[in-house]
Amino acid sequence: MLTIKNLHAEVEGKKILKGINLEIPKGEIHAIMGPNGSGKSSLASVLAGRDNYEVTEGEVWFNGKNLLEMSPEDRAREGVFLAFQYPVEIPGVSNINFLKTAVNEVRAYKGLPQLEAKEFLKLTKEKQQLVDFNTNLMNRSLNEGFSGGEKKRNEIFQLAMLNPSLAILDETDSGLDIDALRIVSNGVNKLRDAEKSFVVITHYQRLLEYIVPDFVHVLYNGRIIKTGTKELALELEEKGYDWLKEAEHQKESV
Amino acid sequence: MTSDTIMIPFYQALTEDVNALPAPQDSLQEVRRGALERFSATGLPTLKTEAWRFTNIQRFLKEYPYELTSTPATTTADVANEATIPGLDAYRIVLVNGHLQANLSSIPEGKGIRIGTMSASTDAPGFAKWFNQHTQVNGEPLADLNTALFADGLFIELQANVSVDKPIHLIHVYTSDRHAFIQPRHLWVLHKGATATVIESTVHPKQEAVAFSNCVTEVVVADNAELWHYNVQQGAENFRQVNTTAAQQERDSRYHHFNFTLPNTPFTRNNLSVVLHGSNTETNLKGIYLATGNQHVDNYTFMNHLVPNCNSNEHYKGVLLENANAVFTGRIHVHQEAQKTNAFQQNNNILMGDKATINSQPQLEIYADDVKCSHGFTAGQFSADALFYLRARAIGEEAAKALLVNAFTHDVTDEIAVPALQEYIQGQIEAIMNN
Repeated sequence: MLTIKNLHAEVEGKKILKGINLEIPKGEIHAIMGPNGSGKSSLASVLAGRDNYEVTEGEVWFNGKNLLEMSPEDRAREGVFLAFQYPVEIPGVSNINFLKTAVNEVRAYKGLPQLEAKEFLKLTKEKQQLVDFNTNLMNRSLNEGFSGGEKKRNEIFQLAMLNPSLAILDETDSGLDIDALRIVSNGVNKLRDAEKSFVVITHYQRLLEYIVPDFVHVLYNGRIIKTGTKELALELEEKGYDWLKEAEHQKESV
Repeated sequence: MTSDTIMIPFYQALTEDVNALPAPQDSLQEVRRGALERFSATGLPTLKTEAWRFTNIQRFLKEYPYELTSTPATTTADVANEATIPGLDAYRIVLVNGHLQANLSSIPEGKGIRIGTMSASTDAPGFAKWFNQHTQVNGEPLADLNTALFADGLFIELQANVSVDKPIHLIHVYTSDRHAFIQPRHLWVLHKGATATVIESTVHPKQEAVAFSNCVTEVVVADNAELWHYNVQQGAENFRQVNTTAAQQERDSRYHHFNFTLPNTPFTRNNLSVVLHGSNTETNLKGIYLATGNQHVDNYTFMNHLVPNCNSNEHYKGVLLENANAVFTGRIHVHQEAQKTNAFQQNNNILMGDKATINSQPQLEIYADDVKCSHGFTAGQFSADALFYLRARAIGEEAAKALLVNAFTHDVTDEIAVPALQEYIQGQIEAIMNN
């Protein structure tokens, strides 16, 4: 589904990603872990098409298409979804209008007719229940005055509405208490299926107890330095990142 | 008020010999003569005139060889229908170059309602008392010019406690075979406790000739009366306008003025002034200007607090695309007697065009010591984060910008009390942004 080859990217001339190789097949969940500043969120931003990142080398293929040549909206229409670490508050844009526009843009791209108001409402209700999203938040302005947890739940709700084939969760667990974490994770687990892949970016092993990954990658200094199964996350929880960092530095000095 | 067209170039007459301009022969000769004398003495504003520092009106007056026209013109239902606001249940009054076209109009009737042409209303009590009484009309060059030479317009007088049950949709059609300088003049008087909603729209039939409107509307809102006044300035390339609205408020009255300036009129100057004669009043002045191309939009507003315990709230929001140029002046004068005044003013702008400009000037003169007054100005661009967030949700860049512009203007559009109009304005903004 997603193939990343030797991806290099920089922001304002500073090299952030320094040769990432990653293959994410259909239906799998891949966790990306790593210390602060290792490039985890940058990778998410580059994949979603944030324009202050400049890709200097490498390729990204998504379902056979060159992802890097697409605008952010086309990436989303093709089925890439980024759950933001910091969802933006947009006063004056109602959550519901925003969603209707987004859903219909995806449909138009796929050559499907616009959803009737009734169908849209039905879909909304269904997904709302699925991810346990409060109805009261629906008619409010997009994320305005939402608590941290409500914002993250809104991201998962949008994920459910847009039904992408690849979902990138950028530190979705940050700022969540244990209950919110459980609700968000439950939502993700309900959305899991054989057609959908997830990239779960996180700092902590905690989230991975709820969203169990098929593979865990450790990102450090703009590169993936170790790949393992979910047990790797436990090992990291126990030992931290230093042992990997040291091994990496030794490799470099050799 | 007879019809006439002048023979010497209009601009030349304005600057050299205003007496050569033909004044309609009616019962207002004395008032007209006085206004013409004042105009003659002051002349047209220049860039040195304080209130016109950023707008060179002479440039626009010279642009075409206008003729001062007061000849009644007519239009068709199809043309008037261009101003239709879907879902709006309203009385419709169609004015063509300021002249009432009765066959396209449904004028509200009933006890205490008098609505008709200005020319047929000079005998009305409200006319005698209030015509040309506002200080921002009587003494302002363009308004004086209008007083001296206007042909016709709409007169509304509502007696005490009369309410018009539906909004009045006033459709101005500007049309002429030749470049025309058109001067409509309106006077709306709401006596004690009367209430009404007036929505103004403009229609410009496709034509070669350019119309320049110098329109004056005087508004009187007496004790405990309330007027909702919306002006939807949907423009056209072949239109220019100076629009003067001058309101007076008495005790406990409420006046809500909304102005929406949309593309594509190249030149718009709105003079809006409200003078408060009675205490415990509420005044809301809300505006949106969304300008594209080389549009020049100048909103000059003046809130004049003469008496204590009044509240005024002003909020203008600008979205400037391409080379659009906007001016906002927010003058607030709180006189020494006007204690316990609350006067708030905000002007926020988004500059989307590389060459778009805004000149914004708050002018607060406060002579009372126990007041709450504030003003604020911002000029910025879209938040890159918000734009990216929307695009990452499959919303195309243009559609995302349309959403953000509607979001930016929502604190004004949210205040529109007529749902059909609110939806219409939001839809217009979206359509303009998606274009």
